[in-house]
Amino acid sequence: MEWETVIGLEIHTQLASKSKIFSAASTAYGAEPNTQACTVDLGLPGVLPVLNKEAVSMAIKFGLAIDAEIAPRSVFARKNYFYPDLPKGYQISQFELPIVGKGSLTIELDDGGTKVIGVTRAHLEEDAGKSLHEDFHGMTGIDLNRAGTPLLEIVSEPDMRSPQEAVAYMKKMHSLVRYLQISDGNMQEGSFRCDANVSVRPKGQQEFGTRTELKNINSFRYVERAIEFEVERQIELIENGGEVVQETRLYDPDKGETRSMRSKEEAMDYRYFPDPDLLPVEITTEMLERGRQSLPELPDAKKQRFISDFKLSEDDAALLTASREMADYFESVIEITEDPKLSANWIMGELTGFLNKENREINDSPVSAGMLAGMILRIKDNTISGKIAKEVFEAMWAGEGEADAIIDSRGLKQITDSGAIESVLDEIIAANPKQFEQLKGGKDKLMGFFVGQVMKQTQGKANPAQVNELMKKKLEA
Amino acid sequence: MHNKTIAELSRGLREGDFSSEELTRHFLERINRLDNSLNSFITVSEELALAQAKQADAQIAAGEVGALTGIPLAQKDIFCTDGVKTSCGSKMLDNFIAPYNATSVEQLNAAGTVMLGKTNMDEFAMGSSNETSFYGAVKNPWNTDTVPGGSSGGSAAAVAARLTPCATGTDTGGSIRQPAALCGVTGLKPTYGRVSRYGMIAFASSLDQGGPLTRTAEDAAMILGVMAGFDERDSTSIDTPVPDYTAGLNDDLNGLKIGLPKEYFGEGLDSGIGDAVHAAIDEYKKMGAEIVDISLPNTHLAVPAYYVVAPAECSSNLSRFDGVRFGYRCEDPKDLEDMYKRSRGEAFGAEVKRRILIGAYALSSGYYDAYYLKAQKVRRLISADFKQAFESVDVIMGPTSPTPAFGLGEKADDPITMYLSDIYTIAVNLAGLPGMSIPAGFVNNMPAGLQIIGNYFEEAKLLNVAHKFQQITDHHQRTPAGFE
Repeated sequence: MEWETVIGLEIHTQLASKSKIFSAASTAYGAEPNTQACTVDLGLPGVLPVLNKEAVSMAIKFGLAIDAEIAPRSVFARKNYFYPDLPKGYQISQFELPIVGKGSLTIELDDGGTKVIGVTRAHLEEDAGKSLHEDFHGMTGIDLNRAGTPLLEIVSEPDMRSPQEAVAYMKKMHSLVRYLQISDGNMQEGSFRCDANVSVRPKGQQEFGTRTELKNINSFRYVERAIEFEVERQIELIENGGEVVQETRLYDPDKGETRSMRSKEEAMDYRYFPDPDLLPVEITTEMLERGRQSLPELPDAKKQRFISDFKLSEDDAALLTASREMADYFESVIEITEDPKLSANWIMGELTGFLNKENREINDSPVSAGMLAGMILRIKDNTISGKIAKEVFEAMWAGEGEADAIIDSRGLKQITDSGAIESVLDEIIAANPKQFEQLKGGKDKLMGFFVGQVMKQTQGKANPAQVNELMKKKLEA
Repeated sequence: MHNKTIAELSRGLREGDFSSEELTRHFLERINRLDNSLNSFITVSEELALAQAKQADAQIAAGEVGALTGIPLAQKDIFCTDGVKTSCGSKMLDNFIAPYNATSVEQLNAAGTVMLGKTNMDEFAMGSSNETSFYGAVKNPWNTDTVPGGSSGGSAAAVAARLTPCATGTDTGGSIRQPAALCGVTGLKPTYGRVSRYGMIAFASSLDQGGPLTRTAEDAAMILGVMAGFDERDSTSIDTPVPDYTAGLNDDLNGLKIGLPKEYFGEGLDSGIGDAVHAAIDEYKKMGAEIVDISLPNTHLAVPAYYVVAPAECSSNLSRFDGVRFGYRCEDPKDLEDMYKRSRGEAFGAEVKRRILIGAYALSSGYYDAYYLKAQKVRRLISADFKQAFESVDVIMGPTSPTPAFGLGEKADDPITMYLSDIYTIAVNLAGLPGMSIPAGFVNNMPAGLQIIGNYFEEAKLLNVAHKFQQITDHHQRTPAGFE
């Protein structure tokens, strides 16, 4: 039987507000345990939450960016359950009335097509703390630095049909929240993570199969692997006469498998009710207008502009707009070089290659946009060849300074004095009379040999076009 | 000195008749000598009180005097006090010392008051007799075999016994007004949102409101003026200016329209209390007030709705007491679940557990609509009743409590009867209105309370109405035997 996979994602993205969603404590990552937890975050008796307006503006921005309905009135609710890293015994979240309603996001498919994925809702909530099981010998340590960090939980419709679509959706969402600068999207630090609802059904069947919820997925690779594993598990189960049980499963990236956490019967009753400590969030048309004005150019619009203004190909434009930082970098470079194509090639080629090799983000590239542009200018004015430029780039990456300084200190300036090139050429012809005769006789392939020899002799500093030119004159002579 | 009102003490301090330190030592001495029979204090903060008194004296000497500089008072043990234990009447918080002051405490400190100590209360403010306290029952100074009411029973008893000129209280369903009535003192529950709830340990967040217990309405006006005000740390506090509550105390009551809800004078009302309340209303007629018979038709729904909403909120509010970060933790827990179960099982009393269970049930999936949502609808009906009533009257009057103080232990095993002792006060919390209780007379030598309910933010009118009554009566001046 042919099976169809149905996937919905719940993405939790930490919002990049300076302070927590209901307290003034800092949200900075990596501090000593419990040094960024104030009385509100600790859930001490009598203290009260006060909503951070910055988190609300960020949610509005997000809603506008996915063309969603923004609720004029949304309500914070308490989700009640006991856990040591949940200080109050309840999480302040939104339940019946979320701040962001129905919206959508368009993803690019592998076959070059696009697909619209529905977003059911997005709501604001507070993150919990962390339980630390190492180093406490039979006990558990609690770090509440993360408690109260604002989260936006983005719930999709069950619109994805393959792990690859799920990855594309997650990546697009990741890029979007970073474009909007509402989240740093740092997946290692848990700023962007997701749960996946997965089910399978015979192809053509209308109703959904029983779904399982996969928890704890914090990378693009894992989302693909976790879903792949789960789909296979479900199909195998059904084909062997079994039934999928509605349950929550934990993805274990080390073993590459999912395993049962709790069944539907064991599902907790969270006893949601509106939080009486907080007023409903009222969103005025002025707030929406301000949100609209603060929206940056969004990825899809930017891509179209790159294609039309810079005559880039669809693929190049997609790559260069994959992140706001990448697009900004590109635009900074071409402002100086005025050469979109050459600049794009260097960014997508050499720069991306080096970044990937060292697993770095473009923001901490040792070669800044200005440095790269400076080097490209030297290619354009024939000071260096493309080949020499790679050496210059590597030197810039290693921290040896700007392109001009490297070209000077390493003596990489292209030889443009035709007298000098001609004398090298004469030497090579003298040393290879047989090949020269063959070339003259029409064996054109040998042209490359002579140019190559000159380049070798000059350590690449001769201008290859100029060498070609001179060689042709020699042949005509 | 202990028979003087705050207004009189304030004059005495400014005129140098006595110092704040003398005044403070006087009250501390009375507490040490007389409170054994009442148990109205959980903590007496002698050292802090004397330090604050000395500071107040220095301010008075320097001429930097506010009306409350140097005035001693007590805080209900539900208000967090930086450096002084805040137990909330529970074993759960017997070891808890907050690193912060409640906003009310902060404001009263800033006004130069002196904190004598923390008063006893029903555990987590859940109770109407002050018998659920981990620190033992409080006794009514008018008859120590009877209860003082609750949950602010310690505050009411301490003011009645002249152990302090004033104490703060909190009122979720009548917890300021009912003990004020049973102990013969003046108690004011302000409009919801008038006094910050920051640092006031939550019982039912949408109902809780702090306020003063004093001997007179004038004193209540002085204290409320300091406690009231917007607080950005409490999102439910309301940003509206605080008037000078003492300014209109003597306004004429001629033409005042007093509504008497027929539902407040029906079955279940002790005839002696009814007589005292009617006698009080006659005094208002003499002052030119007009009596209007009104109806609050949904009154009978108030207690059932309250016992859904309040437990629901408390079941969630009390989840933070889990033995993880502060408060009581059981000995040698074998695992996490054991720690939760035993810590909470061992440290919460029966009434607190009962309400957590009721509340968790009311919020649970499948029952939420039938209980919590229904109760919220009832709340709106009750508010609408009051709204309509206030279209034709200025204030509403009736009894505060259906009976005078009952015997210790008398209702302790019968929660329903106990809950009904708040039958006239609960609706006011559900609607968020301000309400007062003032001494209206005596039934067999036990105080009877007159409840005065006002429209939103009309505390000044309530205080005016109460003050005028106290100008022509002396019920509020009577002192229980043994505490003169």
